[in-house]
Amino acid sequence: MSTASLAADLVRMFRAEGRIVIVGASLAGLRAAEALRDKGFCGPLTLIGDETHEPYDRPPLSKQVLKGWVRADHTKLPRMRDIDAQWRLGVAATGLDRVNKQVLLATGDAVPYDRLLIATGVRARPWFNPAEAALQGVFTVRTCDDAARLQAALRAGPKRVLVVGSGFVGSEMASVCCELGLPVTVAERGGGPLVGPLGGVIGDIAARMQRDAGVDLRTGVSVEALDGDAGGHVRRARLSDGTTLDVDVVVASLGSIRNVEWLAGAGLAAGFWGVGCDAGCRAFDINGVVTDNVFVAGDVARQPHVLYEYQFISMEHWDNAVCGAQVAANNMINLETERRPHLPLPSFWSGQFGVNIKGVGVCSFGDEIVFTQGSPEDYRFAAAYGHRGRIVGAVTFNHGKWLPYYAAMIERSAPFPPPPPGYDRASDPAPMPARFPDPRVPTEMPDVVLTGHDPTSRGAEFHWAREPA
Amino acid sequence: MRIVVDLNRCQGYAQCVPLAPDVLEMLGEEALAYDPNPDDAQRQRVLRAAAACPVQAIMVETHTPDGPEPEE
Repeated sequence: MSTASLAADLVRMFRAEGRIVIVGASLAGLRAAEALRDKGFCGPLTLIGDETHEPYDRPPLSKQVLKGWVRADHTKLPRMRDIDAQWRLGVAATGLDRVNKQVLLATGDAVPYDRLLIATGVRARPWFNPAEAALQGVFTVRTCDDAARLQAALRAGPKRVLVVGSGFVGSEMASVCCELGLPVTVAERGGGPLVGPLGGVIGDIAARMQRDAGVDLRTGVSVEALDGDAGGHVRRARLSDGTTLDVDVVVASLGSIRNVEWLAGAGLAAGFWGVGCDAGCRAFDINGVVTDNVFVAGDVARQPHVLYEYQFISMEHWDNAVCGAQVAANNMINLETERRPHLPLPSFWSGQFGVNIKGVGVCSFGDEIVFTQGSPEDYRFAAAYGHRGRIVGAVTFNHGKWLPYYAAMIERSAPFPPPPPGYDRASDPAPMPARFPDPRVPTEMPDVVLTGHDPTSRGAEFHWAREPA
Repeated sequence: MRIVVDLNRCQGYAQCVPLAPDVLEMLGEEALAYDPNPDDAQRQRVLRAAAACPVQAIMVETHTPDGPEPEE
């Protein structure tokens, strides 16, 4: 028997009898399970999730749900096929034993696997002071239970809401408060809203948009403490500029933490930034060697991208979870020559203050920006990001139909500034610095940053921004 | 019934909205808002709306969940 036919037999056998375990029962986990069955996997399939809810969609949680249009428990994801899986919901994975190929659960059980998919995603970064985080009226928004609680608090008509942090989620929540007619203050440590993902030029526009809508936007300040009343309800926030605010709802929108703790000791390349894997979703071990049986998809995955100098990038984007899951599923049950790469052009959307914001590419990889269409004054424009003379990202405000035009240019590595489109040209087509925060500036977290991207200039610096309280 | 719209793919053509106006609506000129859990009575309308989408961004549940049970 030839080696090739032996290998083909092994694949057939694995598809018939292999055991696949998916840890993480959200968008990526569910779509991976569906794709595995679609592609002919017939063996036992187990889905493990720490929430008691079956997989649900998260984007509506910071929008329709908070506005009260949609109930928090009404965002369950549609099922596109029968997956015939064993579900273990409401139980967290606590460990991974790669030697014996077992996922360890909080219940003490061990679930054996032949191939494993890690899709544990991220969680909201909690308020940094646990005693203050426990005050009534202090929220994060990541799960549908979070959204249900916050929606109830907003419905009760708080006198003032404080949103800490103004990334996409924080800005969306501020927008919801405005629509609900609630007075809202946004405290942002950086120079403006959305500066992290989109840079300071767009941040200035987003800041104007918030202030036009009536948001009390404070930039360059951090919230140092929250004070509660005798009943344990938050009443006051103290800011780094010495001012205080009377607030009764505080939403901490401080970004996310990757759910990798359960992988401690498993010998995988898992850490602060997620689980490193190749473009085929195969996890790397701690030495950077690719594993055969462990795959990663969704927010927790971090993989090299050809368009971005092979930098490892994690994408907390909806379609990254869907497409990554499908590629991982394919590669779990195929041999090398049938494997596919997961090379998405990242894309994202956000709705806030009546403006539809959409983007493609990795905007923060750019250092220059140019307005290509429309007018920032009207919150209706397209802008392109450039790096070393080529276009690497684009963002549109109420101009989403043009996004495929820019996506195609990014995929072709077109020059920056891009050739002017034949429609609705911007009045000032001169590139300018995009003003992203310097990645070497320490954040609140102890942090390692890499400097330089090619082997000769590469180095690591460890930052300890602030002594822990 | 359950639906989800891939809002990356959605280009705001709004072809779907008049076909299922109780489920789908436009926010401004290009953003779609939708009820992810419409009443079953809306099923035929939602299916027509999904079929009318030029970029096929609307996914309608084709299968009833096989009943995951939370562990005690």
